[in-house]
Amino acid sequence: MVAETSNRIEKRIFLRAPRSRVWRALTTPEEFGRWFGARLEGDFRVGAISSGGLTIGGFEHLTLELEIAAIEAEHYFAFRWHPYAVEADVDYTSEAKTLVEFRLEEAPGGTALSVVESGFELIPAGRRSKALESNDGGWAIQVQNIARYVAA
Amino acid sequence: MSRRNALSANQAAAPLFAALGDETRLALVSRLGDGGPLSTARLTDETRVTRQAVTKHLEVLARAGLVHAERQGRERLWQVNPQKVHEARRYLEQLSKQWDDALERLAAFVER
Repeated sequence: MVAETSNRIEKRIFLRAPRSRVWRALTTPEEFGRWFGARLEGDFRVGAISSGGLTIGGFEHLTLELEIAAIEAEHYFAFRWHPYAVEADVDYTSEAKTLVEFRLEEAPGGTALSVVESGFELIPAGRRSKALESNDGGWAIQVQNIARYVAA
Repeated sequence: MSRRNALSANQAAAPLFAALGDETRLALVSRLGDGGPLSTARLTDETRVTRQAVTKHLEVLARAGLVHAERQGRERLWQVNPQKVHEARRYLEQLSKQWDDALERLAAFVER
């Protein structure tokens, strides 16, 4: 077990659309913004930051900032960000960013997409919602759940 | 949450994920979660690493606030701090859920 395999979120989804279509939806700022819920324009360029206001209801006062890390045509796209920095009165700029990686593969009838977000060990875990419930038992199970996440 | 509170909470919780990003430490937290308190010696018996290594790992976990120890004679008895474990899990769960939602929107967007 090494740092790279811990503390990550991993998602896989099958999309009934050609890989070129998915690639465009991910790497064209305007299209990315439309499904993600943000106003982004121009082009994504490696090393550059794209930013725009969120359009998700209740979060319109927040700005999405993507620092583009890699664009490898129709196969790999990655950016760094402050994961869901959702409290407007908190300054996140001093925090480390996580890395979000999209991998695309052709699959029968569509595209297999994986998303991996990693680097949580570098950022504060204290960024929790006010809705955090008090803990009233059952935490052995929660430890197992964490184990599933971080040992995946 | 006021900004000051957020910052101090962040500073206090910063090492949490780093502390959990190790197989041995994760196993120690899991073991203590199943039933504690347990002594360093007992925890060492249940792992494949030395007592010295186990002590080091436990101290990393303690600095992150995930476990704490009480001295009993010459031994230290270790226990999990459930609230901290809960915080880490909740945070990842929220992000995980938000990705599910975003990917659903992506699917609807490219499949139409």
